[in-house]
Amino acid sequence: MTKRILTLFLAAFSAIALNAQTSTSGTKPVPVPDKTKQAPEQTQTQNSEISRITIPPLPEFRPQMPKRIVLSNGMVVFLQENHELPVIGATMRFRGGSTLEPAAKIGLTDVYGAVWRTGGTKKRTGDQLDDFLEARAAKIETGATDDSTSIAFNCLKQDFNDVFTAYQELLFQPEFREDKVALIKHQIAGGISRRNDDVDEISGREAAKLAYGPNSPYARQAEYATIAAVTRQDLIDWHAKYANPTNAILGVYGDFEPAQMEKTIRDAFEKWPKGRKAPEPAGQISPAKPEVYFIPKEDVDQSSVQMVALGIKRDNPDYFAVSVMNEVLSGGFASRLISNLRSKLGLAYSVGGGVGSDFDHVGMQDYAMSTKSASTKDAIVGLKKELNDLITQPPTPEEMKRAKDSILNSFVFNFDSKQKVLMEQMRYEFYGFPSDYLERYRSAIEKVTSDDVARVAKKYVHPDQLAILVVGNSGEIGDQLTSLGQVKTIDITIPPPPGESGTGSTAKK
Amino acid sequence: MPAIVRKLLLCSALFLTLPLFSQDIASLEKRIQVRKLNNGLTVILMERKEAPVFSFYTFVDAGSAQDPKGKTGLAHMFEHMAFKGTDTIGTTNYEEEKVVLAEIEKAYAAYIAERDKRVGQDKQKLAELEKQWKDLIEKADKYVIRNQFGQFVEENGAVGMNASTSEDETTYYYSMPANRLELWAYLESERFLEPVMREFYKERDVVFEERRMRVDSNPIGRLIEQFESAAFMAHPYGIAGIGWPFDLHTFSATDARAFFDKYYVPSNMTVAVVGDLEFDKTWPIIEKYFGRLPNRPKPDEALTTEPPQNSEREVVLKETAQPVYIEGYHRPDYLSEDDLVYDAISDVVSNGRTSRLYRSLVRDKRIALQAGGFSGMPGSKYPHLFAFYAIPTPGHTPDEMKTALRAEIERLKNEDVTDDELQMVKTRAKASLIRSLGNNPGLAAQLATFQARFGDWRELFHQVEKIEKVTKADIRRVANQTFTDTNRTVGVIESTRMAGARPPQGAPAAQPQQPQQ
Repeated sequence: MTKRILTLFLAAFSAIALNAQTSTSGTKPVPVPDKTKQAPEQTQTQNSEISRITIPPLPEFRPQMPKRIVLSNGMVVFLQENHELPVIGATMRFRGGSTLEPAAKIGLTDVYGAVWRTGGTKKRTGDQLDDFLEARAAKIETGATDDSTSIAFNCLKQDFNDVFTAYQELLFQPEFREDKVALIKHQIAGGISRRNDDVDEISGREAAKLAYGPNSPYARQAEYATIAAVTRQDLIDWHAKYANPTNAILGVYGDFEPAQMEKTIRDAFEKWPKGRKAPEPAGQISPAKPEVYFIPKEDVDQSSVQMVALGIKRDNPDYFAVSVMNEVLSGGFASRLISNLRSKLGLAYSVGGGVGSDFDHVGMQDYAMSTKSASTKDAIVGLKKELNDLITQPPTPEEMKRAKDSILNSFVFNFDSKQKVLMEQMRYEFYGFPSDYLERYRSAIEKVTSDDVARVAKKYVHPDQLAILVVGNSGEIGDQLTSLGQVKTIDITIPPPPGESGTGSTAKK
Repeated sequence: MPAIVRKLLLCSALFLTLPLFSQDIASLEKRIQVRKLNNGLTVILMERKEAPVFSFYTFVDAGSAQDPKGKTGLAHMFEHMAFKGTDTIGTTNYEEEKVVLAEIEKAYAAYIAERDKRVGQDKQKLAELEKQWKDLIEKADKYVIRNQFGQFVEENGAVGMNASTSEDETTYYYSMPANRLELWAYLESERFLEPVMREFYKERDVVFEERRMRVDSNPIGRLIEQFESAAFMAHPYGIAGIGWPFDLHTFSATDARAFFDKYYVPSNMTVAVVGDLEFDKTWPIIEKYFGRLPNRPKPDEALTTEPPQNSEREVVLKETAQPVYIEGYHRPDYLSEDDLVYDAISDVVSNGRTSRLYRSLVRDKRIALQAGGFSGMPGSKYPHLFAFYAIPTPGHTPDEMKTALRAEIERLKNEDVTDDELQMVKTRAKASLIRSLGNNPGLAAQLATFQARFGDWRELFHQVEKIEKVTKADIRRVANQTFTDTNRTVGVIESTRMAGARPPQGAPAAQPQQPQQ
């Protein structure tokens, strides 16, 4: 929450940094490494100057793969040496995140992810740890996401021994001190009080609830009451349950000798007793009806439009055709949504979307744009038209070439740093994907045809089955939405803290 | 902290200083070359062969501060136009397109002249003129190959293509596979050889949507626009770079092209390229393509200097959003001898969990979600603001933020910072420089920026040496000089619907607790 506010605040300051490009929402195709092309390539274009420029083959490049070790307690370790800079770092990731929180304690892992670090260790308080680390310009940080928690460090090589000792202390003897539990709960409550201030935050959160259902583990949200219910003991219990080697993946990178680092890691973690893997999240998904939903926000002059449904899982064999389809629809400047709705019609600065995918659960299908209040309906109609066109007008050969070239020619950026390669390998390990997944992705993308894209468009994109969410100024929007169907207004009033009947902004007006 | 530990720390920090930096500059010297082409363009190449890719950063030494009066937002508008192609990219027939684009400008000028008549405006004529202008826009549309420039870049495997306009400068950047270096040199030089202002008025609508998103529909955006306007009466830093609404509905493609002609001059631009390249093969390519840019006179950059502020100013926005507090003090530009003293102050008050504002407002008093202090508002090339801000937790008011921030500011003025604090600043400056050297896009941005701003990329390293020399007395002196009542502008969002008259259960506010040992 605090992080979110930081982002918001800084984003506002950088109103001075004005980017030309839109951001497309979370549907970026996952890329992929590279078999070096051997034949010279030619760009096909009518621009004569460009066609005169020969493109030599990309130099032979085999990214350095990290060394994978499995300790006797089941812990998987990757070592990625890199001597470019005198820096060493590591991330340990444990299965199990916010999707496993009990319904009455939503936000538990946010509290855990913060207090694990700020609450200090048996030997030193979090504040002492702060002094110790900052004096070395080193970092140890903990955190939580929807499917995992993690503890990471990064330090100058000369400080490795000291910092790694503190890292182990925090891993094996975290103290979760009460003062820091209270502090983070207070901070998260502050985030809750501000969650209706920003249009995009409202829209993103409520769109996920429409796609997955408000009580689904992928959309539910912390409230004052669920945060208040979290106790220090909950954090201790969570740690005891999930922070174990059987449930862990560790990646170490930087300026070290691998044999020596392997010994250091074995000495530190080999004797750590086995534990259990975290269970799969057991949440039900119940998408909202495909209707028009409206959230009034009277202090804006721009409507945020999001049209959502469920997407696919990453292991779906259609994923590759869907990736190409998303690229045609909204990947970059020449894509359909940006060319037609932004450049041609001037309707939006920010427009994008596609059929999303997640590694361990079904992703979200999400088409979004922001437009002035007066063109709210035009935006919805325009988005729908583009989606209908996607079904009735499969990509042209030029569009297919552009989309696939964009993905394949930029493939090398999936492994252009040793740390990126490490992170990819940890991700595949975490989700049970093959370690050569990028290679497979690449060859699958190469095989995708326009017919494949047409087929997956028909299969997954149903313009009339989308829930349409509009957040905007009701006075300025007027009756534009009524012609689109029954409009349901969503009440986003923040439920008051337990024991309060509701005062100030938390009251219903 | 025990004295012995502190002593060890100091030793290790010293040890860090000497070898790392002299060595690093020396090793980098071999991998970096700088040339000024005949047309005045500065180009920096850096060999970094971690992977067969490269990144570039084009730095144009003109930003929103250069916007002409009545045409605010123009620098940013041109940045958008730099993605619209040229006489050879993005058109089916430039000879014909050129004629229609000129007709559009004539029609638009006629429309604006009628629109802005103070007396005797003819409504019917206005409607006709508007229709003529818009019909011509549609006529021009048939020559457009939409977003072809972006398409060439993206289908050749570019990632991170974007651009940014600040008050001080305009920058363009992306990364590409190493085998596309020549193609890149063509595209990036072509872009600034003969840019065409096609689809201008539709893109202006896009930019207006950007304004709505960043400013008009965002409470903090609204606050910052008013706050900066209050702080600067004379200098263009008082005008948000996105531009005023009227200007965004008024300036023309002709204006944008004139801005380009004046400021996009090779001697006013720096290009840095970092990655898997070889000097011998790359320089001829750079010369061949970027050498095409015509040499034009370097623009006069003289802007007025903001006069000293002689009274405190304040803007208060009443919003339904939750409260925010900010206050800013005028300080000299980035070339000031005290620049790094300001950096040290910023670091002491806001960097990390040991920082003063975190410990005081966030951790101990629990009145703020977040608090900080920083330079560079809204730019740094000209005298600007050092600002402090705090975001209150539920139930706490902007006034409480003011009181708590002022207490910390008084401490800076009246007491020396501690040895530990000052040492942390210096250690962190070195470490963050080291960490920044490991990626192409970041290196390209830093090299181009320091070369353009200081005339020598080595200043990136010298700054760390300079911060080493900052003393406690410097910090007190600069704090006393800067943080005075009459030099201050305050910006506040007051909430008409303050959250949490009482804090939620289990989250007691404003009651500092003793840390447990």
